[in-house]
Amino acid sequence: MEQVIANGLYLGAQYALIALGLTLIFALMNVLNFAHGQMYVLGGFITYTVYGQLGLPFVVALLASGVTLAVIGALMEKFLFRTVIRRSHREESTMLLAAATAFFFDAVILLLFGEKQRGVPKIVKGVFNEAGIIMPYDRMVVGVLAIVFIAAFVLYMQYSRVGRAMRALAQDRVAAQLMGVRVDRYSMIGFAMGAMLAGVVGGLLVTITGVNSGIGGPISIKAFLMVMIGGAGVVGGAIAGGFILGMMESVGLTVLREYGDITYLVIFAALMVFLSIRPNGLMGKPWG
Amino acid sequence: MTRNRNMKIASVAAFLAIVFIAVPAAISGSGRFDLYYTLTSVALLSIASAGVWLTFYIGRINIGQGAYALMGGYVSAILVMNYGWSFWLTLPVAGLFCAAASVLIGLPILRLRGVYFAMVTLVLTEVARLLALALPITNGAKGIVSIPLPGALSVFGLTIIPDFATLQNSRLAFYLLAVTLMVVCFGVMYRLVNSRIGKLCQSLQQNEELASSIGVNIASLRIIAYAVSSFFGGVAGAIFAAISQSIYPSSFTVTDSVNFMLNCFLGGLGYVFGPMLGTLVLYFGWDLLFQTGQFQLLIYSGLMIVLMLVLPNGLLSLAASIRKKA
Repeated sequence: MEQVIANGLYLGAQYALIALGLTLIFALMNVLNFAHGQMYVLGGFITYTVYGQLGLPFVVALLASGVTLAVIGALMEKFLFRTVIRRSHREESTMLLAAATAFFFDAVILLLFGEKQRGVPKIVKGVFNEAGIIMPYDRMVVGVLAIVFIAAFVLYMQYSRVGRAMRALAQDRVAAQLMGVRVDRYSMIGFAMGAMLAGVVGGLLVTITGVNSGIGGPISIKAFLMVMIGGAGVVGGAIAGGFILGMMESVGLTVLREYGDITYLVIFAALMVFLSIRPNGLMGKPWG
Repeated sequence: MTRNRNMKIASVAAFLAIVFIAVPAAISGSGRFDLYYTLTSVALLSIASAGVWLTFYIGRINIGQGAYALMGGYVSAILVMNYGWSFWLTLPVAGLFCAAASVLIGLPILRLRGVYFAMVTLVLTEVARLLALALPITNGAKGIVSIPLPGALSVFGLTIIPDFATLQNSRLAFYLLAVTLMVVCFGVMYRLVNSRIGKLCQSLQQNEELASSIGVNIASLRIIAYAVSSFFGGVAGAIFAAISQSIYPSSFTVTDSVNFMLNCFLGGLGYVFGPMLGTLVLYFGWDLLFQTGQFQLLIYSGLMIVLMLVLPNGLLSLAASIRKKA
């Protein structure tokens, strides 16, 4: 029982961090970033290269992942999404662009890093084993780090000037512009931050689960799930969705073990029922 | 007005002549019989994409067509294999089964909008795959294999369609079947879009509250459009299962669902024939790039990004802008 909860919390922390980036981009731009999972994979591979191959400290590797992805995110917003949003009749057109960038990242990752599963040496050795809970120390470190990042992100959004501007933008783009918020600039910063979060989680988790070029799509789907549970475009919703999915996965894998591999089927079915009752998730804004 | 009408009839006739006469003649002339398979796939995928386009037409982003294609494939395969039905009977049944399922699924989820609907339908594709893996009747990951080719279809003793297994060139038969269905499908679509229902659907796309407030029954319209869309998906999936003579849980995945959507985007969301053109270009583009080996995906996605930047409203918007200038 305690083990299940501990696993759920650990999964939830990392999931919430993934969902935060996705929801931030959605809130600011109304873009569903299909490439989020691929960004995560890219972040993982950068940490693998810097920490696993070059042997630099883990913090440097994590930083490299974050910064690289932030730059990529900013460039994507400036040169791709902004242009398409301006020229297109329907805002759904950005989905084609997002899907195309997802394919593009897949191709680039495959060419640069190959298709092998990659792992790095553990950052902390040893296993915590007390009070009925068994948890390797490195998982605890990653879980705690994820929670620290989430807290930092929430505080930044709440109290910094940039965060305030982005929240205004998410609420009402036109009104924010009229109040003198530089919409283009903050969209770019927001996209960069969302991409950075994906990269950082990828870097964190490469130390535990490793990374391979094929997991981008499944990660994106998981991120979509969390965002839907919590409500698209809401920071609190993404965090709640992440922890709920983490818990459901942890509980499901224990309870439904004897019925075979149906945890995700049950989660999906539950989600559809839930969404038909609450179409906007737990705290989403209406009509996403 | 009559001139416009004559133009339309002429272009339809030209199109029919190309797909039914010119293409088979060209293929048998050049000996590239593998092209039949490619073109059959294009025709079938464009039917499924047409369904997706119809949901776009009511203002919903549908990334769940793969689920219905898979469902249609399995329904047809199970009926043929376990119950000994004729393929020709399973074809409409597969479509109707998918339409019925889509009504049940659509009732709750069509209330969702925007990205919520998009994401739920994406999840639906995953659900279909996981169900196919978990259910006993679908035979799990092993799938259903060695499905017999479609048999003869005769009405009152008159053979309309010969047994595919006895044909020398079953590829040509499948090509003609797929293309015929494609023509029928796009004919239906064109008729639907230019009918009263089509106009009502357009009002849904623009503003559902407003449409509802002036007496449009938005709930039933949404269901109708979604059911027709799923019908197309199911039929396409059923023929795919018959051509490959097998169906697996991984026959239609999230990637396929996304591709159906991309076909619509690429062709142009504002044009009925957009999905057909989009499918043709994307499928052939992918095939042509095969020679580039490991760079295939890179070039393909790169081109798609560029295309999106240059023509964000689809390929057919190019034709429209030329016509406007002329």
